[in-house]
Amino acid sequence: MVMGDLVREVDVAVVGGGPGGYSAAFRCAELGLETVVVDASRRLGGACLWEGCIPSKALLHVSAVLGEVERAKEFGVDFGEPRIALDALRKWKAERVVGKLARGLAGVAKAKGVEIVGGLGVFEDSRALRVEGDEPQKIRFKHAVVATGSAPSPLPGAALASDRVMDSTGALELSDLPERLLVVGGGYIGLELGQVYTALGSKVTLVEMTDGLLPGVDRDLVQPLARHCEKLFVKIRLGTKVTSLHEQGSQIEARFGEGDTVAFDRVLVAVGRRPVSAELGLETTRVRPDAHGFVAVDERCRTADPRIWAVGDVTGEPMLAHRAMRQGKVAAEAIAGRPAAFDTVVVPAVVFTDPEVAWCGLTESQALREGRPVRIAKFQWAASGRAATLGRSDGLTKLIADADTGRVLGVGIVGPGAGELIAEGALAVEAALTAEDLAATIHTHPTLSETLMEAAETLLRPT
Amino acid sequence: MPRPFVLPDLGEGLTEAEIVKVLVQEGDRVQEDAPLLEVETDKATVEIPSPVTGRVAKIHVQPGQTVKVGAVLVTFDEEAGRGGAASLGTTLARSAPPADHTTSATQQAPAATAAAATRGSGPVAATPATRRLARELGVDIHTVRGTGHGGRVSDDDVRAAAGGRPPASAQPAAQPVAPERPATRKPLAPVGAEAPALPRFEQWGAVERQPLSHLRRTIAERMTLSATLVPHVTHFDRADITELDAIIRRNVEPARQRGVTLTLTSFLLKAAALALREHPQFNASLDPAAGELILKRYCHLGVAVATDRGLIVPVIRDVDKKPLIELQGELAALAQRVRDGKATLEDLRGGTFTVTNIGALGGTGAVPIINYPEVAILGAARAREEPVVLDGRIVPRVLLPLSLTFDHRVADGADGARFAAAIVRRLERPEQLLLEW
Repeated sequence: MVMGDLVREVDVAVVGGGPGGYSAAFRCAELGLETVVVDASRRLGGACLWEGCIPSKALLHVSAVLGEVERAKEFGVDFGEPRIALDALRKWKAERVVGKLARGLAGVAKAKGVEIVGGLGVFEDSRALRVEGDEPQKIRFKHAVVATGSAPSPLPGAALASDRVMDSTGALELSDLPERLLVVGGGYIGLELGQVYTALGSKVTLVEMTDGLLPGVDRDLVQPLARHCEKLFVKIRLGTKVTSLHEQGSQIEARFGEGDTVAFDRVLVAVGRRPVSAELGLETTRVRPDAHGFVAVDERCRTADPRIWAVGDVTGEPMLAHRAMRQGKVAAEAIAGRPAAFDTVVVPAVVFTDPEVAWCGLTESQALREGRPVRIAKFQWAASGRAATLGRSDGLTKLIADADTGRVLGVGIVGPGAGELIAEGALAVEAALTAEDLAATIHTHPTLSETLMEAAETLLRPT
Repeated sequence: MPRPFVLPDLGEGLTEAEIVKVLVQEGDRVQEDAPLLEVETDKATVEIPSPVTGRVAKIHVQPGQTVKVGAVLVTFDEEAGRGGAASLGTTLARSAPPADHTTSATQQAPAATAAAATRGSGPVAATPATRRLARELGVDIHTVRGTGHGGRVSDDDVRAAAGGRPPASAQPAAQPVAPERPATRKPLAPVGAEAPALPRFEQWGAVERQPLSHLRRTIAERMTLSATLVPHVTHFDRADITELDAIIRRNVEPARQRGVTLTLTSFLLKAAALALREHPQFNASLDPAAGELILKRYCHLGVAVATDRGLIVPVIRDVDKKPLIELQGELAALAQRVRDGKATLEDLRGGTFTVTNIGALGGTGAVPIINYPEVAILGAARAREEPVVLDGRIVPRVLLPLSLTFDHRVADGADGARFAAAIVRRLERPEQLLLEW
């Protein structure tokens, strides 16, 4: 028999093995549905595990340790100059972090009976996938889940094919430490990786097209991060576009706007991500991606094609792994006939820089823009005992609450550990808690979590 | 107002159907025309769409259950100003997708609309668990008045809004995997003669009892009915199709370019249809009560199709009037629909005469049973090259064995022989086929 003739029948075929895909597949399997995952790299984890969240957080941890070592001098502790063994660092990241988690995922897949098929999944119609690659076959499915994720966008108008011009995937490989690094894009990826390379010894210049870092985030939350970045980076150029990149010998010359040209050893392009929905054969189904390539889904993550579901980055913003994972579970339960819905109120977001910035729900600027009647409480960490003991008083905790009911509608935090603290905020908003609920809950002393309680208390005082 | 929805009249010969799957849950809101249930009749698996837009108040049937026409399937709480006396007859004949695990396709749509309507006052003040409860109970949480602090909606508020309905997850339909069909131990419909009791086979060795599928049961009942009721008589003949065979071979490729695979069956259909014009008593049904023969002024031919589920006879309409290439294309599409279990009731009823070609499976002849209430059936076995004496010489000719089985109450042996000869003549002289259409 020719391999190409192999046709297998499954209940659910998941296209893409990232967080959205594997969450959907695992839940489908738990619900008794025969499920396969088709993934071009024949492994689970996707961009998150292999070239995104996980490796970047591993490197950011290193960066944080180096930052603490530097700060320790304030307490009278001097470790001397750190020496960084790049090989050992790469190996730790690849084996002890990514590799370990990958083996864990593969083990879960095996335990749940989810098979992973290596190859590019291309729809032939609303019932069948053709798998191209090493394991060519045809899969007939009752339901398919599109979980193909996203890929880094190239620099508009100035794309240059060169080893010295990296996207986030390339930057995380850490193939060398450039003396001078240009980071294009002041969003979370540019800031996180800019800080990593700075900590490891590169001189980083960051350019951002808009007039501030982290566009869309409340300015008071961005400010402590911006101040710190100003110290770390050689230069931050706001309101600046990179109009061209030229390879000149072993360096890249970048032109800023209509003005000066500066030479760098490497360039990191971090101007956003775009959905992966082309070349999936979706035209043979009733799924029609929009002009940006996003696939529209309803509350149950079902596309316009009743047999095809979609989760994760390919379905739109915010492109975050935890949103994809929740969607994956919703899609799986909906496929199994359960009354599931992605009716989630908040998708919390975290920038894992030093300091961390995290927010969820309604932002202050959004409330102002929409004229929502809200009350806002801000608690500066300068008044927090725990922040003082950490030597970090530059943080801020902010609550946005409904003016009438006191219901918490949004939370924003900047400071070390904000990424963990935001979980309480997300719970408060998702579960419709009021400021009083937060204020009346005992928070451990002395911790940074008290700042949420303190902020809530200020809301209870008569204005 | 509550509105009961009954199993509609499914047409000739169909008085009951087996519920294969219930696609909605109590409390679900459904749109008009959204699929409600899948039923299997003796002819097809059919998706029954909702006649109204409304809420499913009660489901009266379960998968595996056989229900009569007129039995209440579902009670709706109808939405004001919608629906009314929607007739199902027009919407029933739809192809049903093969079984899968999905339930209602539409249950979430109204919630999304409601969310849009209340935007601006913020997300609903309820925990994720309470919101899930509301979905399970079919309650639009945006319409629930919260009695808690700051208008918070509690589980009790949701339950009160649901009017004390039990959670939908308690219903068997919520099970992710389609429930096993219960083994029904229902006797076949009697046809007059009573079969004697079976011996105890266990005394000679181990046995296994397999419940009949709905289709198998139907075939059994209908064959028994026809064989018991109709005095069958069979006339055998052979057609020399050497010339026709050559024509088919020559035209396989041109036809393929038009997307059609040419087969002998379409010529058999055509020849039979044209011969039926000359012999209308074989395109008829007998009404013994009235003492009348009902001659049909239309020519819809059934074609026996073997599927892995059993024998199914889909019907091609107006065979006498259609060009052969169109006939062939229609036949291929119909056979595929039948094999895929996607045939509609319309595909399967209204036949006036049946052709069964078992040639692909070999054999030298077969005596089929008439597809009651038709009165005749043409069987074809495998065409083979055989030595034939022609003008005193032995020559190889392609011979097609045919059998015409008919209802002796309607016609006699001589009529049958003449009708069979009319078919044979057309097959032997394909130009006749050409001249006649």
